[in-house]
Amino acid sequence: MLSFRPVAALLALALLPAVSGAADDVGALRAELQALKNDYGARVDALEARIQQLENQPATTADVPPVPEPRVASVPNASAFNPAISLILGGSYTSTSRNPEDWNIAGFPPSGGEVGPGERSFSLGESELTFAASIDPYFSGQLTAAITGENEIEVEEAFVRTTALPDGFTAKLGRFFSGFGYLNEVHAHAWDFVDQPLVYQAMFGGQSRQDGVQVKWLAPTDLFVEFGAEVGNGDSYPTSRGTHNGLNAATLFAHVGGDAGDYTSWRLGLAWLDGDAEEREGGIADAAGAPLFQTFTGDTNTWVVDGVLKWAPSPRRQLKLQGEYLRREESGDIADGVGVLLADDYRSTQSGWYLQSVYQFAPRWRVGARYDSLDSGTPRYTLAPDGLLSSDPDRLSLMLDWNPSEFSRLRAQYDWDNARDDGESDRILRLQYVYGIGAHGAHKY
Amino acid sequence: MKNSLRLLALLMFTGVLPAHAALKVLATTPDWGALTREIGGERVDVYVATTALQDVHRVEAKPSLVARARSADLVVATGAELEVGWLPVLIQESGNSRIQPGAAGYFEAASALKLLEVPSKLDRAMGDIHPQGNPHVQLDPHNIAAVAHALTAKLSALEPAQTAYYAARGKDFDARWAEAIKRWETKAAPLKGESVVIMHRDQAYLCHWLGLNEVASIEPKPGVPPTASYLGQLVTKLTNAPPRLILLNAYNDAKPANWLSARVHAPAVVLPFSVGGSPEAKDLFGLFDDTIDKLLAAK
Repeated sequence: MLSFRPVAALLALALLPAVSGAADDVGALRAELQALKNDYGARVDALEARIQQLENQPATTADVPPVPEPRVASVPNASAFNPAISLILGGSYTSTSRNPEDWNIAGFPPSGGEVGPGERSFSLGESELTFAASIDPYFSGQLTAAITGENEIEVEEAFVRTTALPDGFTAKLGRFFSGFGYLNEVHAHAWDFVDQPLVYQAMFGGQSRQDGVQVKWLAPTDLFVEFGAEVGNGDSYPTSRGTHNGLNAATLFAHVGGDAGDYTSWRLGLAWLDGDAEEREGGIADAAGAPLFQTFTGDTNTWVVDGVLKWAPSPRRQLKLQGEYLRREESGDIADGVGVLLADDYRSTQSGWYLQSVYQFAPRWRVGARYDSLDSGTPRYTLAPDGLLSSDPDRLSLMLDWNPSEFSRLRAQYDWDNARDDGESDRILRLQYVYGIGAHGAHKY
Repeated sequence: MKNSLRLLALLMFTGVLPAHAALKVLATTPDWGALTREIGGERVDVYVATTALQDVHRVEAKPSLVARARSADLVVATGAELEVGWLPVLIQESGNSRIQPGAAGYFEAASALKLLEVPSKLDRAMGDIHPQGNPHVQLDPHNIAAVAHALTAKLSALEPAQTAYYAARGKDFDARWAEAIKRWETKAAPLKGESVVIMHRDQAYLCHWLGLNEVASIEPKPGVPPTASYLGQLVTKLTNAPPRLILLNAYNDAKPANWLSARVHAPAVVLPFSVGGSPEAKDLFGLFDDTIDKLLAAK
């Protein structure tokens, strides 16, 4: 028993201050207890009221959808963060009245790239593979690779985009289709015709791409007003990638758009691409088809005015009208195949436009017409002071497509093509299929 | 000079201090627009991206919508991939970090609901199916009530200083809506068990709510228009047991439904489907009043 004494003493010591303190605070404790009681009383009242309310509700409220249970996978799922993947399968059958190998655009230097009607008979088109996902709360990323029928893989676009910049700013970093013009940003599977308008083929070899940075700003107005600027390495026709540090291509663009009534929407654009070409290959050919020069080094700048109007009076009918006018000025040196300077005062002004219209006349059917026209101008230099002969290639295309669903499209297109420098026309029939699998893509306007 | 100075001062004043500073809301459908107005009252400035006469699956990210998304404080969408063909582009092009999915200014109605028809298997051979379930949720008023609760919470979270305002309006709407549901359910009781042919899966929630018995669908698969042979089979099937009603929505093509109606001798009823889908469907209450009136009148 003795052994308990020190313990009891210790206990007493330990409790002493607490007891004396408590004696002082009894009033405060009482108040606190009362507050707690009041609080719980109020809560119980609220709960009772709620039960009462629930009981009074009609029996059908049992149908009220419950809050969905959290769908948490019990097993860690490494693939849960995989990006959205979509794949486009495409191909065509081509029949031409003339040999497609001698196809060219009269009066324009060859732009390289995907131009012309393509090879005869069946051809596998580009299989377009896109991966896209958010990277973190600040960026999203996308890769679009084209696997060509010739068993090559080409990176069409690979960029990251900001999602958290304030005040209407977005920036892209990487390789992307330039915001120049209307059709330039549209991927091949979403085109309304099998190929690009002649003016895009002549001036960009298809589409203008930037390996660089793009910054866009959208004005805080009800009218859509957007400005953008891009700088890049210029590794896309008509500019070329230089040997020096710095930038070889810069683009400025502005878009404005809105609605006109309930059914009509529109967008207008203006853009300017300025850059340098260094020993860019490909010269204008003479009347006999022989190139007058081999390389060009100098300034190149291109303007575009573009417009699109869509009228959709019902979910099953839509009319789309679009057109673009491009004008390019170049000045600089031209040289022959071994680099001997032919002239240092080469100047050319070339232009072209297209106008097209596509009408969806039934839920799955669309018909379209497009007219292309180019003006090669009269490029001049010391040896040809009066200028080269001008050409004005043109083309008319008609198309019909059938879209069994959002993911499949079969198309027929017929062209009367007067692009060649001999002035004789080519008649081209193309049958095309475009199918999409995987993630549901969302298209730009 | 004095006048122009005054004008300048006015411009600066209005530019710096926008009157009322209402919350700008971009609603994807007229129904969510109407619901946001019910709860937000004068504190919200709502722009609705689509009309009842559009197919919300097939809307374009047109410039006017991108411009509205730019200045929106809140996007009210259905979710469950209903707007997958255009809303992601709209948000991406908007340059507006407040409304990015996952940000505070992005709200999906589907997040407050348990969806019907969640597919157990995903294959596009089955037509336009939605992995998270049928997204056409608005024609069950209990869904509207659940979304109203979630939306009240969202608006309060965006403007904590106005919580009392939103809570009061939410409560008021809740009470009026509960009463209206009671009225509609009593009125529509005779419709229970009636056989109907529907157009697309977007009438599923209406049928579920009213206990209508779906016997066939004019679309053989979601989003797939009927072929002549499919319609022929439908006529054969329905001639022996004609449905009481054929339902279609204001935005649908009436031809297949009318064609079927003439052959199986059942009336085709055009329902408003969304707020604005008929002159009577001016708001959410009107939408349900009119839907039930039209169903009862045709029966």
